[in-house]
Amino acid sequence: MNAVALPILIPLALMVLLIVIRSALLSRWTGVLGSMLMLVIAIYLFSHVNEYGILILQVGEWAAPFGITLVIDRLSSLMLLVTALLLLSISIYAIRFIGDKKEAPVFYIFFFSLAMGINGAFITGDVFNLYVWFEVMLLSSFVLISMGSTREQLKGGIKYVGLNLIGSLFFLAGIGLLYGKTGTLNMAHLAKILQYDEQSILMNSSAMLFFIAFGIKAAIFPLYFWLPASYHTPNITITSLFAGLLTKVGVYALIRFFTLFFVQDQVFWHNLLLVVAGLTMVIGGIAASTYYETRRILSYHIISQIGYMVMGLGIYTPLALAGAIYFIMHNMVAKTNAFLVSGLINRFMGSYRLKEVGGLYRQSPLLALLFIIPAFALAGVPPLSGFFAKFILIKAGIEASRFGITAVALITGLLTLYSMIKIWNEAFLKKLPENQEKDSPVVRIRFLDVLPSLILGLVTILMGVFAAPVFRYTMEAANGLLDPFIYIESVLNGIQP
Amino acid sequence: MEIILAILVGVQYTAGVYMLLRRSILKFIIGIIFMSNATNLLVFLSAGITSGSPAFLGESAERTDELADPLPQALVLTAVVIGLGILVFILALKFKFFSVTGTDDLDQLKSTEE
Amino acid sequence: MNSIILQIASRYVRWLLLIFAVIALLRGHNYPGGGFIGGLLAGLSIVFEGFAYSPRYALDKLKFSPAGFIATGLILIMASFLPGVLTGGKLMTGTWVSLPFLFDWEVKLGTPLLFDTGIFFAVTGVTLLFFFSLKQDKQWK
Repeated sequence: MNAVALPILIPLALMVLLIVIRSALLSRWTGVLGSMLMLVIAIYLFSHVNEYGILILQVGEWAAPFGITLVIDRLSSLMLLVTALLLLSISIYAIRFIGDKKEAPVFYIFFFSLAMGINGAFITGDVFNLYVWFEVMLLSSFVLISMGSTREQLKGGIKYVGLNLIGSLFFLAGIGLLYGKTGTLNMAHLAKILQYDEQSILMNSSAMLFFIAFGIKAAIFPLYFWLPASYHTPNITITSLFAGLLTKVGVYALIRFFTLFFVQDQVFWHNLLLVVAGLTMVIGGIAASTYYETRRILSYHIISQIGYMVMGLGIYTPLALAGAIYFIMHNMVAKTNAFLVSGLINRFMGSYRLKEVGGLYRQSPLLALLFIIPAFALAGVPPLSGFFAKFILIKAGIEASRFGITAVALITGLLTLYSMIKIWNEAFLKKLPENQEKDSPVVRIRFLDVLPSLILGLVTILMGVFAAPVFRYTMEAANGLLDPFIYIESVLNGIQP
Repeated sequence: MEIILAILVGVQYTAGVYMLLRRSILKFIIGIIFMSNATNLLVFLSAGITSGSPAFLGESAERTDELADPLPQALVLTAVVIGLGILVFILALKFKFFSVTGTDDLDQLKSTEE
Repeated sequence: MNSIILQIASRYVRWLLLIFAVIALLRGHNYPGGGFIGGLLAGLSIVFEGFAYSPRYALDKLKFSPAGFIATGLILIMASFLPGVLTGGKLMTGTWVSLPFLFDWEVKLGTPLLFDTGIFFAVTGVTLLFFFSLKQDKQWK
């Protein structure tokens, strides 16, 4: 079915169109309309997978272990859907926040090449192809993070580029070792070969290389240093784009690899994942609570919440994986929204530093409402999506008798609540500092500025209200991950379930 | 032959890590080049080396056991091209960085973390 | 650099490189060669001029921006997907047509050649982009 490749082909076509266009106004329209088109396709693919099961495309009619296979299973379709939603809201946000006439076309070109890389990483069924999509994604993110070339950005950019490059080298080395041992790079074929593999020690070396590579991308505990060093430097649009999408691709790859074919030495890997998850959560949470700058707080928060996702993978029961998938979805939406709102605060007050802003609640109740939705969702307050995600994870932890990690997760929840309340108190409730009063003119916020936050806030609320259907779907996705028989058979033998 | 190349991979990794740990950004980039070459060689070695045999045989070929595995060669080719693109980007970034800040010292980068 | 020998030579070497690039592109399906190496050679023909005169001169003479090359290449690549899909195959399936040529010879044209030509243009553009962005008319401090 050729529609499988559309999430890759459409951004490619849009890129070409944008290279030709070059006008700021037209490229903005192309950006928004193109993102809408991608959302439509993502919804179509999602409903198709929901109804008929896994979608497969053997590119160029080369049969499975030899050619490149594109696969959309439930997890992939879910990720595609959330990604398309985020891309749409960010393309709208960029209209006003990438103000520079020269920068706008460049931004949209690399916006779509980033989208192509991310979508490609979600739908590919081949390890080397995954590497290629990672590189597409990384190269576009390199360009985006250093776009504008201010001093701070270049400093952050060099760190980001350097550490991520080392991550890709680990990835490639892992591919080399994996191919040397198994002679195949097709994920389903690997899963079939390695299912009954007893030589777990041999596999562990390449599994560890992949773990480090994806760990760097996902910013887990000992490997996260590039993230807080660079995420606060670029334009806030780009930061929110990265915050929602990039690290989650790393987590997706971890989940895919460690459920599909690195399943030999389970005791070792799950313990390692849990230890790393706990440390990631706590250290991210503590670091976030020491800062007084919204972007830095939220950056450390990304790290802390990656811990929850890895925790779901480490517990490794269907319920835990469903929780992890739920958490990824919730986090992508809410985290991006939090960054978008912090950009709005900056536009309103002229600063990201909490000490220099204040009194926003009185000046703009709408902004307060927009902030409170993602913030409380991230902190896990009941009616919103974050509560259910954490609830499922913690329930799974208790059921699997993993009490240590469950306790850590609960404590980290408090830390998250603390930092969110800190932003709330400082930016919204506190009176505006005296010396700031004169030189901060109130900027009128237009509808276009708040529209993306409204969309994402609505999605957050809906994911909380309709938690049961969302949970049922993530549960099905998790069952598909833990029982990869259908995945393997439909890729290798073309059997449609 | 594999042994020699394996040692070469090790030497290149060593040199790369040593260069990565230097303070100059240019040396950092040279370290990345070393490590990326080492990784490419590693991928290439993963299929073993069969000297003098072709990667593709006609249907009338008698022996198929002396076939070189073409896949790692294709993988290395792709990886080299990607590496080239990234290398040029990071050099351009370094150029820009140098013309904005006038320094080549990694220790000067600390200020983004305050 | 301001060498008269290099400048005169570049006039001829340019065309040699271009012809060689096209040959490399065309023989690429069955023999060593192909779009990537051809594109590099084609890019080098312009880079050579950039070295002999100046990057600015070469860029002005080109009248076609590097981004334009990349866009052309990507369009050709996407065009090569179409025949396979339209004839009901899967994406990127190769389709071939044989055209009669002089005497009894036939020319076999297929989507892989179109794809390779796309790569050719894209790589030419990328090479030029690399060159012009790294070798600016600027002195290092």
